[in-house]
Amino acid sequence: MYAFTYLRPGSVRGASKALATKENAKLLAGGQTLLPTMKQRLASPDHIVDLSQIDDLKNIEQKGRRIVIGAMATHASVASSALVRDNIPALAALAGGIGDPAVRHRGTIGGSVANNDPAADYPAAVLALGATIHTNKRKIAADEFFAGLFTTALEEDEVITKITFPMPSRAAYQKFRNPASRYALVGVFVAKRGRDIRVTVTGAGSNGVFRWSAAEAALSKRFSVKSLEGLSISASGLNGDIHASPEYRAHLIAVMTARAVAAA
Amino acid sequence: MTKTGIGASVKRKEDQRFITGNGQYTDDVSRPGHVHAYFLRSPHAHAVIRRLDIAAAKGAPGVLGVFTGDDLAADKIGGLICGWMIHSKDGSAMKAGAHPALAQGKVRYVGDHVAVVIAETLAEARDGAEKIIVDYEVLPAVIDTAGAQAAKTQLHDVAPRNTVFEWAIGDKAATEAAFGAAHHVTKIDLVNNRLVPNAMEPRAAIGEYDPGQGAYTLWTTSQNPHVARLVLSAFIGIAPENKLRVIAPDVGGGFGSKIFIYAEETVAVWASKKVGRPVKWVSDRTEAFLSDAHGRDHVTHAELAMDAKGKILGLRVKTIANLGAYLSTFSSSVPTYLYATLLSGQYDIPAIYAEVDAVYTNTAPVDAYRGAGRPEATFVVERIIETAARQMGLDPADLRKRNFVRKFPHQTPVIMMYDAGDYRASLDKAMEIADVKGFGKRKREAARRGRLRGLGYSTYIEACGIAPSQAVGSLGAGVGLWESAEVRVNPTGSVEVLTGSHAHGQGHETTFAQLVSERLGVPMESINIVHGDTDKVQFGMGTYGSRSGAVGMSAIVKALDKVEAKAKKVAAHLLEASEADIDFKDGKFTVKGTDKSVAFADVALNAYVAHKFPTSEIEPGLKEGAFYDPTNFTFPAGCHICEVEIDPETGVTEIANYTAVDDFGVLINPMIVEGQVHGGIAQGIGQALTEGAVYDASGQLLTASYMDYCMPRADNLPSFKLGFTETRCPSNPLGIKGCGEAGAIAAPAAVMNAMTDALGTEAVTMPATPQAVWKVAQSQQKLAAAE
Amino acid sequence: MAQTPKIAVAMTVNGQDVSARLEARTLLVQYLREGLRLTGTHVGCDTSQCGACVVHVDGKAVKSCTILASQCEGAQVMTIEGLAHGDKLHPMQEAFREHHGLQCGFCTPGMIMTAVDIAQRLGTPDEHTIREELEGNICRCTGYHNIVKAIDAGCQEMAKGQHRQAAE
Repeated sequence: MYAFTYLRPGSVRGASKALATKENAKLLAGGQTLLPTMKQRLASPDHIVDLSQIDDLKNIEQKGRRIVIGAMATHASVASSALVRDNIPALAALAGGIGDPAVRHRGTIGGSVANNDPAADYPAAVLALGATIHTNKRKIAADEFFAGLFTTALEEDEVITKITFPMPSRAAYQKFRNPASRYALVGVFVAKRGRDIRVTVTGAGSNGVFRWSAAEAALSKRFSVKSLEGLSISASGLNGDIHASPEYRAHLIAVMTARAVAAA
Repeated sequence: MTKTGIGASVKRKEDQRFITGNGQYTDDVSRPGHVHAYFLRSPHAHAVIRRLDIAAAKGAPGVLGVFTGDDLAADKIGGLICGWMIHSKDGSAMKAGAHPALAQGKVRYVGDHVAVVIAETLAEARDGAEKIIVDYEVLPAVIDTAGAQAAKTQLHDVAPRNTVFEWAIGDKAATEAAFGAAHHVTKIDLVNNRLVPNAMEPRAAIGEYDPGQGAYTLWTTSQNPHVARLVLSAFIGIAPENKLRVIAPDVGGGFGSKIFIYAEETVAVWASKKVGRPVKWVSDRTEAFLSDAHGRDHVTHAELAMDAKGKILGLRVKTIANLGAYLSTFSSSVPTYLYATLLSGQYDIPAIYAEVDAVYTNTAPVDAYRGAGRPEATFVVERIIETAARQMGLDPADLRKRNFVRKFPHQTPVIMMYDAGDYRASLDKAMEIADVKGFGKRKREAARRGRLRGLGYSTYIEACGIAPSQAVGSLGAGVGLWESAEVRVNPTGSVEVLTGSHAHGQGHETTFAQLVSERLGVPMESINIVHGDTDKVQFGMGTYGSRSGAVGMSAIVKALDKVEAKAKKVAAHLLEASEADIDFKDGKFTVKGTDKSVAFADVALNAYVAHKFPTSEIEPGLKEGAFYDPTNFTFPAGCHICEVEIDPETGVTEIANYTAVDDFGVLINPMIVEGQVHGGIAQGIGQALTEGAVYDASGQLLTASYMDYCMPRADNLPSFKLGFTETRCPSNPLGIKGCGEAGAIAAPAAVMNAMTDALGTEAVTMPATPQAVWKVAQSQQKLAAAE
Repeated sequence: MAQTPKIAVAMTVNGQDVSARLEARTLLVQYLREGLRLTGTHVGCDTSQCGACVVHVDGKAVKSCTILASQCEGAQVMTIEGLAHGDKLHPMQEAFREHHGLQCGFCTPGMIMTAVDIAQRLGTPDEHTIREELEGNICRCTGYHNIVKAIDAGCQEMAKGQHRQAAE
C-alpha cells in the first residue's frame, strides 16, 4: 500500500469538504474493495476520508411504503434487519449473500453502490427496485445513477447518505457465483411493483449492471416462468474470462432469471 | 493396545500451541534489527534484460541494499540445482539450463527474480523496487506443454527443441507384441492439469549472519532443513555446512512445495552479511502463485490392449511433462521414476512401455506436489481401464477384479516389486460402504429432479516410503533416502527423540511419541519430538513421499532397539541377574521367573549415575542413534468411489458421496490417518473440479490469486466416508505403508470416472468447472436431439 | 507520493488498553503482529479471501488484513490469544482439538475466530450452514471434514454454556 493521509471527519459536510479540497482524496466506507485494491498498489489515493464516525449514516428505517437504508449500513445489518426482511426479503437475502460473513461485517451498501463494481450484487437490487440514491447534494434515481464500469453519476465531492427502496410486491435475486472469487458471475434481480416489472443483471455486462428489457416485456404480460420460455439474450456485450465465456454468461442469465421469477 | 500406544487415536500434542495462537512459524520469528527483502520480479515470460539500473532504488528512503545477479556472481554464489540425473533413451544426460537465483541477462517466466531490494520496512523495499529501471527486450514465449518441442523459440542454449530429456521405461518389443495379439484396444488422450500447491502459510525466510562466529542462520519454511543446508552449502556455496544453521520451525503445510531450495532463501541468507542485518522475506500469495514450484502438467496418450475376456495384455503410454522454465530441485524424478513405475496400477499387466519427454516452457518450475507422479499414473491407469470397461460393455468393478494382482511378491514390468496387498478386499469394502447396489435407484431419483448422477471407481496404488538408497542412486538420485533418529533418555526418565523427519501438519509430535511411549512405557507427556533444526538434530532427509512413518519411524524403532538393549544391560546389573534373563515390558525390567523388577526411569537414572555397573564394560548414559535405510518401497493401495450429481442447466457439480477404503498397513493413530485421507481427497477433488493454473499465450499467469484460482472451500465438499483394510507391510518393522498422499492420488480418477459416467462421454477434462461441464452437457444434448 | 505522518491510535486488544503512533497505511493485522507481537493472527492471502487473519472487532468477525488499524480507534479487538480464560480453553478451541480440526495449524486461529462468530450469530447451525458460513476461510490440510465436525461440536458446547449461565 502506498502512503496516504488519513482523515476521519465527524459529519457528511466535513467529508464532502475533504473530498473537495484535499488532493486525490477517496472515501473509505467499509473498505472491503478499496483496501485490497490499495494493498495491491492498484489505487494510490493521497487522502483517505474515513466515514465510520458519522453515526447517522447507519440507520435503517421505514418511511411509508419505503425502506431507507443509511449508506454506512453493513451488509450484515441489512441482512439481519427485521424491517428489510419483512418488507423486501429479496434485498435482505442479497445482502446476506455478499462476500463472506467477515466481509459482510464491514462492507457497506453505500460503498458498494458508489464503487459500481461490475460483479457487485447491490447495483442489481438498486436498479431493479427503482431505488433512489440520496447524497449530500441531491437525489438520484437508480436509472440515472449507474454509468458503466466503476462509474456513477456521483460528482467529485458528492457523498451518498442513504438509499430509499420502494417495497415491491414480488422480488427475488439469484446469483451464480464465480467459483474462485465467489463474486457474481451472473446475478439477476427480478422485481414486480404494481405494473412495473424489472429484470436487472449484474456480473455479466461489460458495461456493468443493466436491465434485460426483453425479459421485462415478457414478464409484463404474465409474471411467470412460462413467459420466459424460449427467451434468450445475446452474448455480445457480455464479459468473457477464464470462468465464463459471453455465451455461458448469456445462458446463465436466462437460467437465473427463470429461477428468480420462480422464487419471487 | 494401550490408551496411547500404536493404534490409539490419541489427541494431538501439538494442538495446544496452534489453537491458542502460540505456534511459531517463520514469519512469527522476529530477529533484533531485522530488515525486509522485496524481490523485483519479471513481468514478462521471456525477455532479455538489456539494462538494469538500480541507482535510484539504492537512494530510496530506508533502502539498505539493492542486489542483482551480478552481485551473486561476484561472490561466486552458484545457481539452483536439480538433484536427480535422468538419462534419455539415447544415453545422453538431461539438459539442465543454468538457474541463477537472480537473473543474469535473461528472464524465463513471469515472476522470475530480477533483483532484490533490502529496506528497513517492507513498504520501503517495495517503494524502492519501483525505482529500479529495467529495459526488457521481450522474446516470444513458449507456453503450451504439447507444443514446446516444436516451438521456434528456445529457452536454454543447452536444450534444443526445449527438451530436457526423452526417457523411456519398459519392454517396447513385448508391448508391441501384446498389442498385436489384442482383441480390443482402448485409446485415450488425457491432460493432467497444472496445479499450484497453496500451503496456507506462504514461503518465508530470515537470514542472519553472526560475524563473531563467521556463521549464518537461516529460518525457513522447509520440509527438509538438512537437505536445504546441504544444497546451500555444497552446491550454491553460501557457507560450509558447519557455518550454516538451518531452522524450519512450525511450517504451515508443504505438500511438496517446501521441499525445494528456492532463490528467495538463498538470497535472504546471503544478503544478511551484505547489509549486516538479519534479512526477512515473506511471500505474499500472488508471489506464491508465481514462484512456488507448481505440480502435474502432463499431456498423455495411452493405449490399453485387452483380450476377448477382458484380460489386460499390455499398456503403452506417451507423456509430455512440462517442467517449466528451470529444473527445480527434484523435478526430473517426478514424471519418470515417481510416475511411470506405477503404470501397472493394481493390475497384472504382462507388458508395459512408456515414453516421457520433459520440456521447458516459459512458466513457473514444476516439481513434486502431493503424490508427485503417482496421481498422474493413477489417472492414466484408472481412466483407461474405466473407459475400456465401458467400451467392452463390462462392469468396471468386474474388469478390475479380473486383472488384480493376487500373488505377492509381484514383479511389474516397470521396476516395482509389490510386496503385499489385497486389492479385492478394499474394492469389496468400498462398494459396500458406497452402497453401489443402490446407485441405480439414486440415479433414477436424480433424473427425476433433472440431475445427472454418475459413479466412478479408482483402485489406486502408490509407492511410498522412499526409498532404498542404493536403488535410487542407480536411478539417478543425488542423495540417499534413508532417515535418522536419536533417542535421548534423560536421567529422570523423560525422553527426547531427534528425528530427521520434519512435521508440517502430519502430527509427528504425537504419533512418534506414541511409538516411544508404547516401547518404553514412558507417558506421552514425558516425550518430546525434536525436529527442524540442523544444530540440534543429526543429518536427516525430511518429509515427503509419505515416508515419515515407514522410514522415519523405522529409524526410531532401530534407535529404541539399541536403547532397550543397553538398558537391559544396566538393569541386569541392578537386578543382579544375567542379561539373558531380563524381560522388558510396560516400562519395567523383570527377571524371568521372579518378582524382581526395576522401573525404566530407575534404569535411566542408574545409567547416568553409573555407580552400579563397570564402565569398562558399559558406557554411562542412555542415548542411541540409528540410520534406517528401507529395503523396498511400500505400496499403499485401496479403492475410492465417487458419486457426483450434475445440474446440466448450469454445469454445477456436487460430490454426492465420496467413499475411500485404504490399505496403509498398520495404523499408528487412526484419527490422524483419517485426517490425512480427508485432506488428500480434498486436493484430489480440487484437481478434478476446481483447480488449474492457466497461463495465457504471452505467459501471464491468469490464476495468480484466489480471485481466479479456485481453491476447494467447505461448501464444495461433502463429509467423506472412510474405511480401512490391512495387509501388513513386510519390509519395515512396524508394518506401515504411509498415508499422506493417497487421497490426492486416488481422487482425480474417481471423480472423473464419475463425471464421464454421468455425462455419458469420455470427453471431459480437468478441471471440470461449471463452464466446462455445461459445454459438454450442451453438446451431449445436441447429440441426443440429433439421434 | 504523500508524506507519511504517523497518527495516534488507541484501542483495547484482548482486554488490554493499547496505543501507538502508526503510519496511516498500517493494517490491523500488521499492528497486531508487528506492533503487539500477537503472532497468532496470520496472513495467508492478499485478496481478503483466506480468512487466516480473522479477529473480532467489537464482537464481530472481521478480516484484520482488510481494515486499517486507525479504523479500530476505540474498538474492542479480540484475537486468538485472548480467547481462552487463562489455562481454560474456550469450548471452540477444545472442540478443534477433540475433533482433530487442524493439521498444520496455520488457518486455525482464523477458523476458530470465525467459528466462535458463527456460534454467536447462529447458535447451533446444521452441517450445510456451517459449510456455507466457512466461505471466507480456506484450509488446505483437512478437507474441512473435521473442521465442520469441530464447529458443530463447539457450537453445541457454547449453547450448553449459555443455558448453564441462564440457569444460574
